[in-house]
Amino acid sequence: MVETLKITDLHVATEGKPILRGVNLEIKRGEVHALMGPNGSGKSTLGYAIMGHPSYEVTHGSITLDGADVLSMEPNERARAGIFLAFQRPMSIPGVKMADFLRHAATNVRRPNRKEGEELIPMREFRKELNAKMDQLRMDKEFTRRYVNDGFSGGEMKRAEILQLAMLRPKFAILDETDSGLDVDAVRLASQSIADIGGKAMGILIITHHEHLLEHNRPDFTHVMLGGRIVETGGPELAIELHKQGYDRIRAAYPGAAADEAAMKDQAETVASH
Amino acid sequence: MAEVTTSLGFNREAFDAFLQSRGEPSWLRDQRCEAWAKFEELPLPSQKDEEWSRTDIRLFRLDRFGFPADRPAGARLADGLLTHRVELGGQVTAWDSHPHSARLNEKWARRGVLFGSLDELAAEHGDLVRSHLFRAVDAHYDKFAALHAAAWSGGTLLYVPRGVVIDEPLHMLSVISPGAADLGHALVILEDGAEATLLAETASLSEQSPGLHCGAVELLLGPGARMRYVNLQNWATGVWHFAHQKALVDRGAALQWTIAALGSRLAKVNQHVALVGRGAGAQVNGVMFTEGKQHLSYHTLQHHEAPSCKSDLLYKSALQDVSRTVWRGMIKVDPAAQKTDGYQRNDNLMLSDHARSDSIPGLEILADDVRCTHGSTTGRVDDEQIFYARCRGLTRKEAVRMVVAGFFQQVFDRITIDSVREALGEAIGRRIREYD
Ligand SMILES: Nc1ncnc2c1ncn2[C@@H]1O[C@H](COP(=O)(O)OP(=O)(O)O)[C@@H](O)[C@H]1O
Ligand SMILES: [Mg+2]
Repeated sequence: MVETLKITDLHVATEGKPILRGVNLEIKRGEVHALMGPNGSGKSTLGYAIMGHPSYEVTHGSITLDGADVLSMEPNERARAGIFLAFQRPMSIPGVKMADFLRHAATNVRRPNRKEGEELIPMREFRKELNAKMDQLRMDKEFTRRYVNDGFSGGEMKRAEILQLAMLRPKFAILDETDSGLDVDAVRLASQSIADIGGKAMGILIITHHEHLLEHNRPDFTHVMLGGRIVETGGPELAIELHKQGYDRIRAAYPGAAADEAAMKDQAETVASH
Repeated sequence: MAEVTTSLGFNREAFDAFLQSRGEPSWLRDQRCEAWAKFEELPLPSQKDEEWSRTDIRLFRLDRFGFPADRPAGARLADGLLTHRVELGGQVTAWDSHPHSARLNEKWARRGVLFGSLDELAAEHGDLVRSHLFRAVDAHYDKFAALHAAAWSGGTLLYVPRGVVIDEPLHMLSVISPGAADLGHALVILEDGAEATLLAETASLSEQSPGLHCGAVELLLGPGARMRYVNLQNWATGVWHFAHQKALVDRGAALQWTIAALGSRLAKVNQHVALVGRGAGAQVNGVMFTEGKQHLSYHTLQHHEAPSCKSDLLYKSALQDVSRTVWRGMIKVDPAAQKTDGYQRNDNLMLSDHARSDSIPGLEILADDVRCTHGSTTGRVDDEQIFYARCRGLTRKEAVRMVVAGFFQQVFDRITIDSVREALGEAIGRRIREYD
């Protein structure tokens, strides 16, 4: 049976206020899913909840990976189980070289039972693989000697996320706006790279506002999120429609979710203005 | 482990017996007696004193400690942290302020280098020691300085004659037993154009045991000399650590001075660098990691006395549990010290909500053509950073360790001795606890 990441009636709140209101989504390994939706609809929240961000409380529902309860796992256990999130806004870790960080990450993910302090992937082997991946992504070698995301441009951060994806080879990847901050050529390269990495080996959830990233990763399914719910699911043509025409049709068709969206926006603005 | 038999209390009777037992030349006896008079006259510092306002020593009982008694008998001391995979040019060890062992590579000895116990070398090279001892440190500065000047023993002397370049690190290890006192004095003399690297370590024989360190360091660099001096204190968490440390850096000389502090219950250290000749330079590095109830207080002074000198200080501390650090730094520029380039910076990383660090930079500038800057930051380990690293498969602890290592990287990059960087990195890594 194909490995499956299954999200059932997921409700998530942060700081006590509900954000996701019953998300259902099933991703099989080998499938590409696009997730679209206006800003603030809850797309990043879904990614965080899948990884176990401590600020996002799951108030109801379940996430399973091949039947195993993901919600009871620590974030690092989820990573080692084969789930990967490319962050919309990656964090910088000054003083820690990209290569060191990645070597720890790759070792942990490939040897899920590794205890801290146990050996890392041998340096030479790791270097060789890293260099090959960087060639493939047309990245400058100097990149890995820099500190993790420290002083990176928006585009460099996104490419660093793709490099991590390539090195960690997860079963399931959530790419949260991995195309933003990249110019058109860079998005094409990213799109191609993701296809090369992923192929049939990964289940991918691509969160995007554009269609370029989908160019080489033709979605099997396109989902639309509004007000913390997936309100509509279609094929690749739905992504194209939303990209061209925006979300007015969706809001009109799902007035309940649109009302929730409006309420969330008001709340966010009230919080911001304080 | 058996406690060392020490007659407790630094009193007149004990001091007389100490003097008697040493049979030193009169200049040294006189120096000790003058300091003793000062020691008796001065009160213990208290929080009423500006310099001690953030450092509370009310629980410190001087009468719990005394002059070093008999030379402790026994086995080899541990090797220390800084010597792994290092080809040493020589090593001096001391135990409870007694000389324990000394060796120096024959090729350096032949070129006139002296490296050994200050006790023993002061007897053989009286004139040399006499002309330098307490040239830098003020023996009457406060009660601890006076006690040290009156009662120092053991210690280390490094003397490098004119033009001799020692290209192997030298190592010094000073260890105390539970309840004992270390009043060692490190005297380093580099003549014109001489070069050396000295790794100095202090430690306790057992963890958590009490102890007293009342010490001094003097680094005397002649014109054009170059020195790297590393001081790692790794005492047990029961040790009281009071020290006066000062370097005099002459014309065109360069000093790299790294202080690493991991141990002690309470530390109050004055670290002064005086740039006394044109074009002298000093780089000062501080690496501190504190935990439990430790309190480490460092007062640094970069004193520009001559023109065209450069000083660059970077202190970094990471604090765990309810520990506390105080850094009070001053760059002082004399009227004669035009073209001064002075910098000081202190960064603190809080690993707990209950730790506290005070960071007080200061400038006192009496020349007009200078560049002096300072900065300090205090931050905490960012939960978002930790989450990001955990999403890449790192455990929380591994992630915290990585963030802390990254925090220290900037100062490690400046420390040009691999074994020191590695030892500090590992020692700090081991101390980082599991957090929720
Ligand atoms: N950490 C947080 N604290 C408070 N509100 C949050 C937080 N994260 C997200 N939100 C709110 O949740 C809603 C959904 O945000 P998000 O998941 O980032 O949306 P999207 O990625 O679709 O743009 C927004 O209203 C946002 O303000
Ligand atoms: Mg988002």
